[in-house]
Amino acid sequence: MKYILLMSSARTGVESYHAWSKQDIEAHMAALQSIHKDLTASGEFVATQGLTGPSEAKVVRGEKNGVPVTDGIFPESKEFLLGYWIVDVANAGRAYAIAGRISAAPGPGGKPTNMPIEVRQFASHESNSE
Amino acid sequence: MRIWASKPCGGKKAEMADHPYDAPFEHLLRELAPQVLGAVARRFRDFSSAEDAVQEAMISAFTQWPQKGVPDNPRGWLIQVACRRMTDQVRSEIARRERETVVAAEAESLPPTLEIEADMDPDDTLILLFMCCHPALTPSSAIALTLRAVGGLTTAEIANAFLVPEATMAQRISRAKQTIKDSGVPFRLPAPHERTERLPAVLHVLYLIFSEGYASSIGSHLQRLDLAREAIRLTRSTKTLLADNPEVAGLLALMLLTDARRRARTGPDEELIPLDKQDRALWDRAEISEGIELLTAALSRASVGLYQLQAAIAAVHDEAERVENTDWPQILALYELLKQVAPSPMVTLNHAIAAAMVHGPAKGLELLRALDSDPRIARHYRLDAVRAHLFEKMGDHEAAIKHYRIAAARTTSLPERNYLITQAARLAGN
Amino acid sequence: MKYILMMTGKKSDFEGYASWSKADLQANVSFMRAFSKELKDSGVFVSTEGLGWPSEAKLVRAGKNGEPITDGVFPESKEFLAGYWIIDVESPDQAYEVAARASQAPGPGGKPANMPIEVRPVLSGHADLGL
Repeated sequence: MKYILLMSSARTGVESYHAWSKQDIEAHMAALQSIHKDLTASGEFVATQGLTGPSEAKVVRGEKNGVPVTDGIFPESKEFLLGYWIVDVANAGRAYAIAGRISAAPGPGGKPTNMPIEVRQFASHESNSE
Repeated sequence: MRIWASKPCGGKKAEMADHPYDAPFEHLLRELAPQVLGAVARRFRDFSSAEDAVQEAMISAFTQWPQKGVPDNPRGWLIQVACRRMTDQVRSEIARRERETVVAAEAESLPPTLEIEADMDPDDTLILLFMCCHPALTPSSAIALTLRAVGGLTTAEIANAFLVPEATMAQRISRAKQTIKDSGVPFRLPAPHERTERLPAVLHVLYLIFSEGYASSIGSHLQRLDLAREAIRLTRSTKTLLADNPEVAGLLALMLLTDARRRARTGPDEELIPLDKQDRALWDRAEISEGIELLTAALSRASVGLYQLQAAIAAVHDEAERVENTDWPQILALYELLKQVAPSPMVTLNHAIAAAMVHGPAKGLELLRALDSDPRIARHYRLDAVRAHLFEKMGDHEAAIKHYRIAAARTTSLPERNYLITQAARLAGN
Repeated sequence: MKYILMMTGKKSDFEGYASWSKADLQANVSFMRAFSKELKDSGVFVSTEGLGWPSEAKLVRAGKNGEPITDGVFPESKEFLAGYWIIDVESPDQAYEVAARASQAPGPGGKPANMPIEVRPVLSGHADLGL
């Protein structure tokens, strides 16, 4: 069963991540790499992607005279998707466990970030990714 | 400007390291592919269908040769299989259109392989290159088509290298061929003046393939396909076919001189290591020697093109045994030339870096200001990354941190982003 | 360059969608299918996924002792990801054009919904030649 694990944050959260100490950044990245390795070994890993930050985000609403209507302004409270993991697991419990592990990755001061991770199942027959 | 001096070149040609995952015949297949395609395309006067037929012959070879062994005449084998596919196509076309039996009878016999081989032209690879790098194609289409038709790679390999589904890559190639068909490009070498005009497009595509390969060589994990190596191989072939052209030699030199640093650019945790911090003992001296040899020969022809200049800059870096020995005044002079020969916002940016190294960071920052009003680069992450670096050199840590973070938000590269936020964090001293 | 095109909605938007007429729903599904095919035919398609309903969504945090804490309660105002496309295109403008097309998927009454589609560059594992 494929699940997507979504990591989002409001703009301020993104800015504060960029201000972590070098040590904390490195510890965080190492933890994520370790998770990646384990999921690959267990065969549960499908994909992971990071997205560029809020400063590069645009919203498109239809088009006018053949030109897309784009906008780069978002409310302060908007939650931006930062990245996601896609896993293929035996059951929902396993997806939550993986999400829990990602959430426990160390943050400032080496303490778990406790970041809330949204877990969603893919709608089955529309899966077209490779 | 001081003539770029050559070091005594005793280096042997850099060995083309066999990719450890390559079966021995894969290299042979890729070499033969454009020759086979040239022959079949000329025979049937249909580049697009011939290309599909050859691709299928390649795939047959991949499956059969490991079991049955490489045939005595591998090229003849490929030509035969491709021709069979072509005549099958023609036959089914005929069946569909219900043409006269005379034409149908002609299609019954396969053209003799020997005849086709006799028709082969050593220029076929060059013809294919010009065709696949046709200006009517978008860069990604040209890259995909070149890798398949000239590089002899399979669709799956190319898709994998660019991280798109195989079907998507197949479609891209198919559409590229349609564009070529629609443009009515004949299967023959362009006239000399046209060749001169269109060669830059060919070199640009080869350069893009190399860049793509080099950029994705981050980290220790070996990839199934080494695009940088493919680009070098294709450029070598091009150089053999256009032996007198200094820009082709310049491009090959640039690739070798850049590729030489590959092992030094990532650390144990796959983090990016910038040029000024790399362990130069890890640089490939054989590649550097070969690059310098090529460059010396090219420059001696007294014409200075953009790839030769970029190669010269790379050579100055590569020749410095320690970063402190880098001849920045010469690099600056080369960028000044490059600004005239092939101006671009990136060249201006790199020129500013060199100016900073020679005249101080304030000078570099001053030169960068001109780029703020250039929409092509004003929001590019490198502009802020370079600014940050220069502010740091000036001791203005606050400004440096600010620009490192802006750059981090703008880059679309994960390794770059990690590098940039780490630099900011380092200065913030948290 | 890879871009992700995201369609989101509040819980109320999903509930609204679920109560469209059969004809409107079918028109929307047909559009989406045709749209994906267009992306494939033009050689820009990387992937597309539809996500399960917000009622099935869970928020997970690290708990003590490695046990994850799961929660299904979200604010009414929360925007849920409904689905996305990932495309590989030559320029940001091309990405916006594709998004504009997706945005025109028909809504109630069969009219183009002009749904907001968020467009974000996807980070690559590549590094620029400059370094």
